[in-house]
This record gives sequence, C-alpha cells and structure tokens, in this order.
Amino acid sequence: MKNNLYVARSTAIAARALGDETMVMSASNSTLFTLNEVASVIWEAADGVTPLEQIVANKVCTQYDIAPEVALKNAETLVEGLAEHGILLLSNEPLAQPGSSREEMPR
Amino acid sequence: MSLVAEMAAKALRLNIPLSVQLDLTYRCNERCIHCYLDHDDHGEMTTAEIKDLLDQMAAAGVFYLTISGGEILMRRDFFEILEHARARTFCIKLKTNGVLIRKKEAARLRELGVESVQISVYSHRPEVHDAITKMPGSFRQSIAAVRLLREQGLPVTMANVLMTQNAADYRAVKALAAELDAQFFIDPTVTPMMDGDRSILKLNVDQAALEKVFRDEALVGNVEEFCAPPQGVDEDALDMLPCSAGHTACYVSPYGDVYPCVQFPLPSGNVRRTKFVDIWRDSPQLKEVRSITLREMPSCSQCAHGATCTRCPGLAYMEGNMRGPSSQDCEKSYARTGIPSENYKARHASPQPLQVLKLVQIQGLQPAAQNFSAKAPEGRAAVA
Repeated sequence: MKNNLYVARSTAIAARALGDETMVMSASNSTLFTLNEVASVIWEAADGVTPLEQIVANKVCTQYDIAPEVALKNAETLVEGLAEHGILLLSNEPLAQPGSSREEMPR
Repeated sequence: MSLVAEMAAKALRLNIPLSVQLDLTYRCNERCIHCYLDHDDHGEMTTAEIKDLLDQMAAAGVFYLTISGGEILMRRDFFEILEHARARTFCIKLKTNGVLIRKKEAARLRELGVESVQISVYSHRPEVHDAITKMPGSFRQSIAAVRLLREQGLPVTMANVLMTQNAADYRAVKALAAELDAQFFIDPTVTPMMDGDRSILKLNVDQAALEKVFRDEALVGNVEEFCAPPQGVDEDALDMLPCSAGHTACYVSPYGDVYPCVQFPLPSGNVRRTKFVDIWRDSPQLKEVRSITLREMPSCSQCAHGATCTRCPGLAYMEGNMRGPSSQDCEKSYARTGIPSENYKARHASPQPLQVLKLVQIQGLQPAAQNFSAKAPEGRAAVA
C-alpha cells in the first residue's frame, strides 16, 4: 500500500459529468475516457491535497459496500492508469495548497 | 458502439446539451462571397455575459464547445473568454480564418489546451482564395497560421467549402493540408443567409461537380458503398432522429439567441432573458424539433432515401417546413446514388420557387463498487 499518495486533476484535460459517469478527454492527444460512478467520485475528490487513502475512506467506503483495503488497491490501480495518460497527477507530497484557486469541476 | 456514440446516446437519454457552438461575433476581417452572416455588430454579448453563459453551459453539461464567428479574434477579449472556458473544462474547437494568428497567439492557444483549430482554406491558389475572401493576402496569412499552429503541435483542420469558384481545386487543397500535416474537410454545400436570403445559393456547384466529389475515393473511401442505392425506409428507420440539432446540440449567437443549430435559425430563446438550461429544457421550439422523427415527415418518410439521406432539418426549415425535405440534400442524394428523391422528382416535374422564410438574424458501467473503471481509450474523438 502506498501511503500519502496525493492525486490532482490535470489542467490539460476537458471533463464533464454525464449522469453518474464522467467524460474526460486528454488535451495532449484527444483520447476520450469515461469514468464510472465510483471512479467519478475519486476524480471529483482529487484536489491534490487530500491523500488518496482518505478519499477512499471518506468518499468511497462510506457510500459503497466494499472493504477498505480492496477499495484502496483498486483506487491505486485506477489513478495510476489515469496518470499514465496524463489526465491525473500523482505525488507523495500535496500538489496544491488548501484554499487555492483550483475551481471545482462543474456538475 | 464507439465511446463517443455511447456518450451521445446517454446525453440524448438525459436531455443534456452535450455540444454547443457559440459564435462570439459576426464581425469579420474577410468578406467571403458565400458567407451567410450580416457582419455589423447589433449588440454582441459583453465579456461578463459570455462568461456567465459559459458557467451556465458547463453546469448544464455542455462538453464539446465550438467557438466560432465571424472571426473570433476580432474580439479583443477573445483570450479572456477562452481562458474562462478552459477553466470550465470544455473540450474546445475553434473556427477561424487564422489571419490574426501570429506566433504569440498560436502559443497561447496551445497553452490553453484547445482541442483543435479549423481554418477555412478555399483554394491552393492565392488568387482564388483571396477572391473568395475578398481580402488580398488572406491565403498567405491563413496558411501561415496553419504552420504556426502545427509548430505548436495543435491539431488543425483545413476546411474547404466547395463552390463554383474553386470546384476544381479541392484535391490540391487536400494535398496542401497533407503537406502541412493538417486534416482536410470538404463541405459541398453553400447555405442560405441566416436572414433567409437565398441569393448566395447560386454559388453552389452543379450536379456534375457533386457527382465527381462523391466518387472520389480519396474523399469518401469505398465509393461503391458510399454511392450505394438507397434501401428504402423500414419501421425502425421511421423512428430515426434527423440529427443532433436540438437533441444534444444547439447554437448560441453573439446576441444570446439560441437556435437548434447554426444552420437551423429557429429562434428558441435568448440567454439575456432566460437561463440557458431553461431554454434548453423548456423552449417550445426545441421541444417541437425534438418531436420530429422521420415518421413525422410526410415526404421524406415515403422517399427511398429517407433512411440514408443527409437531410438537414435546418435547411428544410429555411425552405419553409422543418418537417419537409431539404432540396439541397435531395440534390446530393441524387448526385451520390443517381436515384432521384421524391422531392427531387416533384421539383423537376414542375419547378416552383422555394417558399422563402423571412428570418430574423438578430434581436435583440453500472459498476459494482469494486469496479473503478476508466473505459479503454479510443483514438481521436469525433466531436459531435
């Protein structure tokens, strides 16, 4: 398990919630992804300052019937996959300061 | 079904305006002979109004945003608007003539993460292009812009509107696009002006030129398939929707007027008076457009081409009946297949002037919790 993994949405993307899914397009190569409901929850919470473990505990395990270890492992796989495509940024340090001007993605 | 098609189908089910074209201005530094716009400024939306509209559109679920005009860079606040739009994470395509794009502008467009830029190029011959734009030097400037944008790594499409003046040039324009590492797009239809004036339709190429284009393998791929005779209309086809206009897409003019499409000037509301989402959901005009399936079209539902025709409901509307045929598309179906549509036969049996509307341009997975999926990516997305 990777402790203190921070995740932030790249600014080089286009994204929009579509029902319970999220469409995300990479600005670098126009590749389109859709995130399912649970992935969308993680995407929404990826503010760069909240550790992934905390996002999973607070946003996923409270809403879905899933063991925390399993949820975290799946979340790590998801964010690593998205990071490989450049649409999510990963770091062992916070990526943005709390209260910064990062705007919430419109729903 | 492709991912893009899946998303469009979902947007349709959820009544979400997935795609919007927003024209920032009708002012332009060119005076193209085939242009459908009045270039005077009759009260464009202010920067603040456009930013508020962008916020509303993002909240309503708009993903694909085409920013067009007029010439978009005629607005001094263009980059301020673009920056605001990108902060709202729209997927943005720009349409421009490129004349005002220099190295600095190209670099800024790249920084802002624009998805693609479309630039109109009418000919590979400067004198022909410039005669169409009525702007000396415009060919050189537009091609310079294509080069600058490509140097920045931005995807560029060279759009070639086909008309009598340049009918012989499209292959050379396509070759020029390939040389510049740009995409090529050909549009064989000159459309009426938004005020209903049909005089510019005389610029349309004739049937022989259309037939040649539709049988050009380099453009259409499998010619036999593309030009195949129509298979008639079956029961499923009768429930088909004409196109995305008003269903998952709409158009907003520089004056805040909302239409089903830029080519479908049915006034459906104005964002200066009504919230965008309320117009989208409640406009009687948009509801009427959404109610029309092939079954509701008396002529087209009986036509062999009904299921495969490229019929544009906006052009039909401009002919006087949004449930009627679009004669320009009837001509294209005939040029493509050699089989006349019902409307084509009727019109050629007793030619009558088209009823012309007097239009007003301005006033004013269900996933189990264990599955955190991001669907497998596909190639470049086709913007609806």
